[in-house]
Amino acid sequence: MTVVEARGLSKDFGGVLAVDDLSFSVDSGEVVGLLGANGAGKTTTMRMLLGLLAPGAGVVTVAGAPAGEVDRALVGYLPQGLGLYPDLTVAENIAFATAAFGVPAPSLETGLAELSDRRVGDLSLGLRRRVAFIIANSHHPRVLILDEPTSGVGPLGRAWLWESIRDTASDGSAVVVSTHYMDEAEECDRVILMAHGRQVAAGSVRDVIGGASVVEVGDHLSQAVIDEIAAGGGTVLLTRSGSRIVGLGLDTVREMVGDEAPLTEAPATFEEAFVALAR
Amino acid sequence: MTWGARGLTVHRGGHLALDTVTLEVGPGEIAVVVGGDGAGKTTLCRTLVGLDPVSGGEVIRPERTGFQPETSGAWAELTVIENLEFVAGAYRLETGAARARIEELVEIAQLGEARDRLARHLSGGMRQKLGVAMAMLSAPELLVFDEPTTGLDPVSRLEIWSLLTRSAREGRALVVTTAYVDEAHRGDSVLALDEGRVLASGSVDEVVASMPGALFESERRQGIVSWRRGRTWRAWSPDGSPLPGNRVTPDLADVITVAAIAGERST
Repeated sequence: MTVVEARGLSKDFGGVLAVDDLSFSVDSGEVVGLLGANGAGKTTTMRMLLGLLAPGAGVVTVAGAPAGEVDRALVGYLPQGLGLYPDLTVAENIAFATAAFGVPAPSLETGLAELSDRRVGDLSLGLRRRVAFIIANSHHPRVLILDEPTSGVGPLGRAWLWESIRDTASDGSAVVVSTHYMDEAEECDRVILMAHGRQVAAGSVRDVIGGASVVEVGDHLSQAVIDEIAAGGGTVLLTRSGSRIVGLGLDTVREMVGDEAPLTEAPATFEEAFVALAR
Repeated sequence: MTWGARGLTVHRGGHLALDTVTLEVGPGEIAVVVGGDGAGKTTLCRTLVGLDPVSGGEVIRPERTGFQPETSGAWAELTVIENLEFVAGAYRLETGAARARIEELVEIAQLGEARDRLARHLSGGMRQKLGVAMAMLSAPELLVFDEPTTGLDPVSRLEIWSLLTRSAREGRALVVTTAYVDEAHRGDSVLALDEGRVLASGSVDEVVASMPGALFESERRQGIVSWRRGRTWRAWSPDGSPLPGNRVTPDLADVITVAAIAGERST
């Protein structure tokens, strides 16, 4: 069942198109990742989803109603800044937020229950993120919007957060996650890649990488060659053993590099496919 | 000559911020330090460059070190060029050579269009690239970068790593911290920290091979040490005895998670 639907969504700020004709949908039970460089339009898209910003053109609906008119209780939001009260305890933060939605405070699991009387400001970032996630999800929203939920969190904290995100989706919520990172993208059912306000690719991580390849150069390149590749529309990424060239084919690179350097075609990583698409 | 730390222990405000940490990095090498919030990454950086006192063990560092803090270290009220010129002046670099080197760095860091922009008006990625360029300009033997890619988009992140790699090729020894495990593959060695303890260290291949027991993948949670990875579950068998599901070859993220869980169970 479709919970979130955006059709022809656009928004401009003083003549600059932040979001340009974006269409996508998110079903109940799905985790969809929103990926893009800074300035690609992710935050603007999220603000329109939350109903905080009116679209310049197009429409975005949540549970059938335009985002600006939807019952707030249907939406959960975890901002990057977490939105917690640092001077209140864990229990007080949760009680305050759940009372606002008129729902009972969830019981805390082992590991967090022992900390319920601690000031949130004294907790590690990983624990603060857990508290903020519990609050964002405490009223069982139909759509849960997470802005970089695991940024800066250690391995166990990340595992906990992704487990919780999955459980939320399994319970029927539609989850939208913005992220910069490959290993997070892999946790999503689908990703939407944005660049310059537009969708440049969508699908599973495997779909997005597709058959994209790079040219691996097993030797160090001179600055003159690097400049030539850049002028030809390629991107040179230095590695420990040589370079990887994104955006140009093997034959084109051979012409620029010459015959001496060993060249091979290699599958692109997710980031490299991203660089090629986002150009 | 290699630089780094041997058995480094740091006490801070009554708690153990670093517990017998050893790290070695030679000229032309990159050591990547991986860990989440509170792992001790910043303490390690600050101790390596001599900003924080050592409680035990030792730090081996050259006469001149460079440090890029998480905030990039660029002066907000100076332009890109002024920041670089200020560093050149502070290090008494000879004017003509410094000018040529600044132009070269501005070009390779792709900061040309922003050369006269105040640092506070730069995007996060550009500000970090400026910080790396400033560190490359002063050219000390050991360079320490604290989370230069945190919060940056994938394009900026690749550009930063390209710059760091270039700096290593110029003969510098680099220590680079990150919250993201996948960046460990870009260095010569990895040191994984969690709450000041070393979870794993060595080359990525060595660390992956060092995991005791065996790892299994299945559709549901099982065993005591089990965590979600994408749409499936991972389960670790400490003694290698089989668990339901398919046995899988661990990657670096798996090995670090196992080490973190094993450490938590033993404390």
